[in-house]
Amino acid sequence: MIKFIAKRFVQAAIILLIITCVTFLLMNLVPGGPFLSEKSPSPQVLAAMEAKYGLDKPLLVQMKNYIVDLVQGDLGVSFKMQKNRPVLKIIMEMFPVSAKIGVIALIWAILFGVPMGSIAAYHRGKWVDSVLRVVTTLGVSIPGFVVATVLLILFGTVWKVLPTVGLLSWKSYILPCFSLAFYPMCYIGRLSRASMLDVINQEYIRTARAKGVSPRSIIFKHALRNSFIPVLTYLGPLTAYILTGGFVVESVFNIPGLGRYFIQSILNRDYPIIMGTTIFLAALLIAMNLVVDILYKTVDPRIDLTKGGEGA
Amino acid sequence: MKKLLVLLLVFSIVFTFAACGGGETEPEGEVGADITVCFASEPSTIDPALNSAVDGAVMLHHAFEGLIKWVDDGDGNAMLAPGMAESWDISDDGTVYTFHIREGALWSDGEPVTANDFEYAWKRVVDPATAADYSYMLDCVLNGPEIIYDGTKEPSELGAVALDDMTFEVTLHTAIPYFAEIAAFPAAFPVRQDIIEANGDQWTFEPETYIGNGPYMMSEWVHNSYITMVKNPNHYDFENLGPNSIKFALMDDDNAMLAAFNSGELDFNEGYPIDEVPALLESGQLKIGDYIGTYYVSYQTKMAPFDDPRVREAFSLAIDRNYIVEQITRAGQVVAGGYVPSGIYDAGGPGTDFRAVGGDYYSMSKDDYAANTERARELLAEAGFPGGEGFPIVEYIYNTNDGHKAVGEALQNMWQQELGVQVTLTNQDWAVFLETRKNGDYMIARNGWIADYNDPISFLDMWVTGGGNNDAQYENPAYDSLIKTAKTSSDPAVRMKAMHDAEDILMGESVVAPIYYYTVPYMVSDDLKGWYYSPLGYFFFSYASK
Repeated sequence: MIKFIAKRFVQAAIILLIITCVTFLLMNLVPGGPFLSEKSPSPQVLAAMEAKYGLDKPLLVQMKNYIVDLVQGDLGVSFKMQKNRPVLKIIMEMFPVSAKIGVIALIWAILFGVPMGSIAAYHRGKWVDSVLRVVTTLGVSIPGFVVATVLLILFGTVWKVLPTVGLLSWKSYILPCFSLAFYPMCYIGRLSRASMLDVINQEYIRTARAKGVSPRSIIFKHALRNSFIPVLTYLGPLTAYILTGGFVVESVFNIPGLGRYFIQSILNRDYPIIMGTTIFLAALLIAMNLVVDILYKTVDPRIDLTKGGEGA
Repeated sequence: MKKLLVLLLVFSIVFTFAACGGGETEPEGEVGADITVCFASEPSTIDPALNSAVDGAVMLHHAFEGLIKWVDDGDGNAMLAPGMAESWDISDDGTVYTFHIREGALWSDGEPVTANDFEYAWKRVVDPATAADYSYMLDCVLNGPEIIYDGTKEPSELGAVALDDMTFEVTLHTAIPYFAEIAAFPAAFPVRQDIIEANGDQWTFEPETYIGNGPYMMSEWVHNSYITMVKNPNHYDFENLGPNSIKFALMDDDNAMLAAFNSGELDFNEGYPIDEVPALLESGQLKIGDYIGTYYVSYQTKMAPFDDPRVREAFSLAIDRNYIVEQITRAGQVVAGGYVPSGIYDAGGPGTDFRAVGGDYYSMSKDDYAANTERARELLAEAGFPGGEGFPIVEYIYNTNDGHKAVGEALQNMWQQELGVQVTLTNQDWAVFLETRKNGDYMIARNGWIADYNDPISFLDMWVTGGGNNDAQYENPAYDSLIKTAKTSSDPAVRMKAMHDAEDILMGESVVAPIYYYTVPYMVSDDLKGWYYSPLGYFFFSYASK
């Protein structure tokens, strides 16, 4: 296990280095720069800014400087969006906001999605199954921004029962978290319905049933654990969805999270923020995938991590 | 499985507690309301020297105060009045201003405001090391151009000197009628040398170090969410200030801004989806303020066939400006018959209007549109393209935005219909668009300009040969020399004549095709009173009530 984790750490470092270099070069290939505005600054001011932020040097030198700083934990300062503020500080301030919403949405999605799927599977073909199928089909086909906007209009503007802006009280979390959780909740519901159906046809479940174990106990004690593996596989991509998909929800509800900032930094060509957020999100995804791999092992001891450990 | 659930629950509890910890504390106070206003998203900077945006300027006007400040004229319009300078003397030739700093003026941390704070701030703005976008605002000061543009003089040589703690002397190289506006401009606000030297670039980010001398002071900044300002107890007019707190909501989604206004979370809002304009105007929610700015298209004057003034004029005449403001933009914009917008003073100062004196360069009457297009076709034929034959495919570029797109589609339609040419539309994202336009890699581009101060030179000096905003790549020595006259003459009549002549050349050669003069559409709740406004785009809430 330790050997496996160490190996994955080395892999992660190499992947991050490649991501850093590729992003740096691609970002500079895209036309447009951070310093122009409708009233463009004089050439003297432009030159002074480029010198100040080191953009007057050749690209490869810039990249080398960036990597050297990066290794020392210095992500540079923002050029434009929060001019001169350290990028690390910005990320450390915005990420917890996204993470808070993301984790709540994640828990919401799992806590409701898995039972939804299990119940549907247990009542397969009955009206409960049909209703849940309609709901989950809707959930996976309606884009997040539609869900968010409809909720915002209904609860914020028409009924005025929930706040629409920012995160000032616990009530503020309801709409964004639900908007973010809706799609994965429905997806997990469908996923666990399918895998639950698969599992309840297995022989050991039939044995349990023959022994007279109660249906609830069969589902939640015996079947759930094994039917959870496909859901677990989905957790890696789900984390990615919640981190990047959070962008829409963060925009609609004006939440100062990292997802929205990531997109804005690209539009603004704020190079250090683009780099900082990309590397940070990449590292996070790699870490999440590692965690998921380890969780596999915990849930199903039959999985061997040392062989072809690229699980998710 | 159980472990996993427990783990998730622990996570959620930890995060929920973290959420509660960051809760907002409302400032205590008996009088004054707490108001929330929204202009735009997070400002790039709220350093007076570095800011170049209108929304940033609005915040700066609350947190700082210049030698001269904007006050309410009684009708909700901003006018200039003594600020940090209680009074000032002007030399007979109009080039030396001696400002007498207000007795008892204090910074928000209780330190006295002195002339040295101004000297430090002004020299910091012109210093190339500061890289201030708006350094050109102080290029009217003696040695300013040499410091800012040529680098032949040191910032310490700027003609802005503290004679003693209470006297600030500014020497201009040429007398200009709009210097009072410069003295009220954010780039000319004082800043604290000790604070900036101790905290470097980071001084603007924390309430503890963001020391201002304005009526309000920052109490909290949640990035990308809001900036809250509270009354500055050390301000000399503290007794009369209005709101307990002013919260600047930082938002970027038009739908979210409108929803927040409608739900009562915003008292003032400048953001709304463009599709909603007719409904919002009809319901009276959207109000229209004057704005000194022009929306226009610029031609790449070096690129055939737009290097021919007849072609440019033909394209300009074929634009049905009335259609655009009545059917497309629909927010009270005024059709433009010249480049310098109405609202800019002529030689007589306030009360006179440069546009009214200069008149329109083509008829904007709806009845004359047919005649305009007739003339446009003649011009195009004279240039060798009768009926648009043989004319290359025209590309119109604009930055990605629903409003610009709608205008672009109308222009495309008009040019195709009236001139028989083929027009394609290309949108680019903002950062790319700015670069394309600046480099002149286009045929016709959307463009716009907002005044920094009330003088025609703010619009006209950009078209000099090699000018940083000369997107048309226009070159004309006669034009350059008129601008030079306007910038070096102290005689208001001579200046103004030179600028009218310059605009005659600019419009005569159809370097640009003005479309409309901007307005500021905004939404304000009915119970918010006592705010006032300047057509430079600044809203002031220091004396507002709710």
